[in-house]
Order: sequence, then C-alpha cells, then structure tokens
Amino acid sequence: MHPSQRIHEKLGEVKAVSAEMILEVKNLIKHYPLTSRGVFLKKDVGVVHAVDGVSFSVRKGETFGLVGESGCGKTSTARAILYLDPPTSGEIYFEGQEISKVFKSKNQQEILKLRRKMQYVFQNPYASLDPRMTVADIIMEPFVIHKHVPKEKWSDRLYELLELVGLEDYHAERYPHEFSGGQRQRICIARALAVEPRLLIADEPVASLDVSVRAQILNLLQELQQKFGIAYLYISHDLSTVRHICHKVAVMYLGKFVEIAETSELFNSPLHPYTQALLSAIPVPDPENKRSRIVLPGEVPSPINPPAGCRFHPRCIYAKEYRCMENVPELADVGNGHLVACNKVSK
Amino acid sequence: MAPKEILKIENLTTYFYTWAGVVKAVDGVSLDVKEGETLGLVGESGSGKSVTALSILRIVPRPGKIIGGKIIYKGENLLDKTENEMQQIRGKEIAYISQDPATSLNPVFTIADQLTEVIRRHQDVTKEEALKKATELFRLVEIADPEIKIWNYPHQLSGGMKQRIAIARALSCQPSLLLADEPTTNLDVTIQAQILELMKNLKKKLGMSMILITHDMGVVAGVADRINVMYAGRVCEVASTRTIFRNPLHPYTRALLEAVPNVAMKREKLKIIPGAIPNLISPPSGCRFHPRCDFAVAECASAVPPLVEIEPEHYVACIRAKEFMKNSGK
Repeated sequence: MHPSQRIHEKLGEVKAVSAEMILEVKNLIKHYPLTSRGVFLKKDVGVVHAVDGVSFSVRKGETFGLVGESGCGKTSTARAILYLDPPTSGEIYFEGQEISKVFKSKNQQEILKLRRKMQYVFQNPYASLDPRMTVADIIMEPFVIHKHVPKEKWSDRLYELLELVGLEDYHAERYPHEFSGGQRQRICIARALAVEPRLLIADEPVASLDVSVRAQILNLLQELQQKFGIAYLYISHDLSTVRHICHKVAVMYLGKFVEIAETSELFNSPLHPYTQALLSAIPVPDPENKRSRIVLPGEVPSPINPPAGCRFHPRCIYAKEYRCMENVPELADVGNGHLVACNKVSK
Repeated sequence: MAPKEILKIENLTTYFYTWAGVVKAVDGVSLDVKEGETLGLVGESGSGKSVTALSILRIVPRPGKIIGGKIIYKGENLLDKTENEMQQIRGKEIAYISQDPATSLNPVFTIADQLTEVIRRHQDVTKEEALKKATELFRLVEIADPEIKIWNYPHQLSGGMKQRIAIARALSCQPSLLLADEPTTNLDVTIQAQILELMKNLKKKLGMSMILITHDMGVVAGVADRINVMYAGRVCEVASTRTIFRNPLHPYTRALLEAVPNVAMKREKLKIIPGAIPNLISPPSGCRFHPRCDFAVAECASAVPPLVEIEPEHYVACIRAKEFMKNSGK
C-alpha cells in the first residue's frame, strides 16, 4: 500500500466531489470593536464590520474559493470558521455539528476532535513556522497534541508526510531558515495533513511565492485533494490561481458576498459589476489580448462606516439608475446555483 | 531608422561580498533601452532584476559592489561619474520607483515636504513655486483634493495613494528614464489596473523611457514594448513582447510562461519547473538554467551560452536555440 493511502485509510476513498456538505456557514457576522484607550477605561468608539452576514456551504472534496481585495473580510471569515476569533453571530456547521456549541462547552476533548478535522495553512510560510524547531518537531507536534498516532509510529508517519509533500528524509533534521519559501509552504502543508483533516483552509498559500514555485504548490494541493478527498477553502485575491484550482467561487466585497457561482460559470458570465471589473483588471499574459478593461474609480471604502444600500454603489456605474444607495440587494439565484446580489440583475 | 538608445548596459557585473561568500547577483548583464520605449525586465526573485536597477543609479547597498561593465546613459558612462555628478542625475535624469511605496516615503514628513524637497533639489525655485508644482503633480497622478491631501502624512493614505505619490515624486523633475521596480506588486488587482493605466498614460504624455521590473507575466504583456528575461544574474532572452509570448525560444522563458495560471484558459495541470532557483554564491557552471532544464545536453554544463541574435531583434542565450527555432515551424 502506498504510504499516503495508509495515512488516510480511516477517511476512506473519496475520489469525486460528493453531494454531502462538509461545512455550512449561515449568516456569519464578525465585528471587531474599535477601542480608544482612556486613562482608566477602554472606550468603544466604533465597530469594524469585517464580515457582515455571509452564508455558504462547502461539499466534501470540493475546493471553494473566497475571492476579494485586501480588507474585504476573507481572512476574518476563515478565522471565525475555525473559532480562532469567535464569530459575533451566525451558525457554522461542520459535518452537521454546530461548532460554536462545541467550543462554548469548553470540553477540551471535543474541541481537539473538531480541530483535528479542520486545519489552516497560513499565508506567510516565513512567519508560521517556529524558527527554533526542526522540521521533524514541527510536523510531529500535532501527534503530541492530538495523540492520534502511537509513539512508535511517529517517525514512520513523519517520513510518509515528508514524502507526500515532496520533501526528502534528510530535511527532517533541518530548521525552517534552511528552506526556501516553496519548501516552507510544503512543511506547513505536511503539518496540516499530519492530523488527517477533512477541511483545509488555505489562506493565500501561494501569494508570497515565485511563479515557478507557485505552480508546484498548486499542483501539490490538487494531487492531495484527488488522493484524500480533502475539501479546501481557498482564499485568494489572485483570480488566475482561483480559476485554476477552485470548483466554486464566492466573490466578497466589504464583508458581504456579491456573487457565488461554479468557477467556469463565474469566469465566463460574471453578472455583478464588481466581479466584472475584478475579472477585467487581471493582467492576462498575452500581449494581443486587448480586452476592454473596466477601471474602477476610487478605492474600497472603510469597513468602519460601510456605505448604505449596496456597499459597492459608490464605485458602480449603474448605481444611479437602480437607486442602489437605498436598496440593499439580496443574494438571489439566477439559475444553475449562480447567486448574485445586485439590484441591476434582479430587476 | 531605429530609435536612439537612451541607456546601454554592457557586461554589468555586481557582486555582494557577504560572510558566506561572494554572491554573484548580476553577472555580465547587457541590455539597452531605446528612447520612448518601455523595457520589461522579467524574472523570479533573486534573478538580479532589482540589483541591475540599483546599479544603474549606483545605489547598490553594501556589501554590494559594481565590479565591472559599462552603463552608458545618453552617451556617457555613469560608472565614470563622481558622486556629485551622480546626485545631479538621480531623480532628475533617472528616477526610481521602489517596490514598496509604504517604506519609500518618510513617515515623519508631510507629503508636501517630501515632494518639494525633490523639486527644490534639482530646480531653482522658491518654496511657494515648488508647492504649486507639487499640487500640479497630484493632479497629474489623479489624486482628488490635492490641496488637502498634500498636507497629509504617509500613514494617513492608502497603499494605492502612496504609490501614486511615489510616482508623482519620481516624475517631479521630468526624468528621461524611469526605473519602476515592481510598482504594483503590493497592490490589489483593481488598484493595480488603475496604476498601470496611469503609468501608461503618463509615459505617453511625458515621452520618457521606462524600465519596468516585474515577475508578473500579465503585467509586462500589457505594458512593455520589449522584454528582457533574466535568470540567476544573467539575461537569457530579449525580444519584442509579441515574440516573447508567441515564439519564446529559451527553455526558461517557455517554462515560465507555462507555469503561470491564466484566467483566460481552462483548468488543467500547471507545468512545473523542477527544483529551485540556484544559490548565487556557487551558481551552476555553464548555462545557469541547465540543472532545471528539460532540454539540457552535456555541453550546457561546460560552456556559458552567449546571447546570440537568432532572428532580427530576437536574442537568446541557449546553445540549442537554433534547433528550437526550426521546430517552431519557421
């Protein structure tokens, strides 16, 4: 048996995307209080509306893309799902289980069980590895915490994991500073896989890597998914990698979803004006591809005082026509599971 | 008649003398920029793009040192100039936009201070006139409310705005050559589109030449007239943008293009360049790309391939380029 299969034998073979939901998020809200420090007391002076009511679901073995510009709430959503920053309100179901109930129960055993199933690969592989631990220590730390592998099998598992992510055995005794960015990201992925997760949240996993290395990591993620049927929540601002790796994509703007659709549907017929602008703004590596580029005026407004009505209206060319400063558009299905929140489309 | 060259670099060599050994960051780079042209300098991190730009301005940080070569700007070798003469060139003749606009602006001075400093350094004007010029520059880079924004400190502005100001400062003395070092890497796509559009328009308006340094094949495709592909401190291919994308001959250029996921393309497996960028303290012998190259032959490890003109205006540094040329159907 291939070592990689042994690691995930408990999960069973999940080859294709199944209909079964692994993660369901309903009306997730995450607000961060803004405080100013007085002489004695902290005073609340405002609220950052980082995530403002997003709902979506991820199926088993699926890659769900979360796209948007910096500050739109992608990472806040991911952190809320993992309860790294408890959500302000909303329901998150993982394999049918309400996760906030588990975390609020303070039952360490149950919490660990849940954490084992959901893992996070961070954006910056330079900051997310402890510089004073060897690669072996880093990858085996989950075994210490979760105790799901008997001690005598630790080193076997370690080498299996290294092989799985394309590293060599002799790398185990080295320290993170001896590795390049791409190799570090492989170590992060190996560490996440050590607990046999079913959902992997990848927060801009290739943003800080060079183009040639980027392709290696993206291919690795795809291979691992095909082998083990892990679901990914793939967060990125880079639409070209999203198109490459995701099955379904949600476009986020200022804490809200503006459009959700299957990847090919979204890229071929984007309906929301923001998605259209975002897609047209991507530089295409082809000098003769002279697409009409929609250049959005202005910048993303502050999430402390998000605009009334449709949050995109100050930058939208259709805003006047459809009175978007008053009418808040709701996500509506336009067919094929393609959801759009735009007054222009729904009329 | 071909347009005149504004900058010609011959065999530039810049080494960094570190405790671990000599890092051969730029090792015999030759390139030229014609008047009014945008030259794209493409390569991965560590390929020597930025060091080439810093060498042109002679601001290579220690322990780096320019070892040899010639940098001919408007007929004069910049490496023969004194430090005082260089100061007259930096900012006035050749301007530089760095990768990170946030760190290239001084946090303790207002934008007005920083812009007027450059203007008064190179032009004989009073404070009031300089301020008026700075406000005009703000309009040029399309910043709203210039009279108010000019009194802001850098931390009060967004990343896109800071990059616009960095561009305004670079353009303040109407340079003939602009070195833009990854000007949009830290920005969001929609802001990147704004900045690229702006730079394109300004270049046309002011008629300057530009070297655009980037690792993003999408960005160069839209902006550059000609492309210079660099790998591990050497130039491996030079051609017009169209030729680089349509008929790349160097295996590295090809691999680079195939490794980029394209939004206009369907979902399939990306091609991988095996291995990693070599250590420049002891780079591979011969062609520096040969350990990662699918087409390498025994000779690649021994002989350094020269940059040869394989067809008009298309230079390739690969001993097998002629074969590839035939196979591509010409």
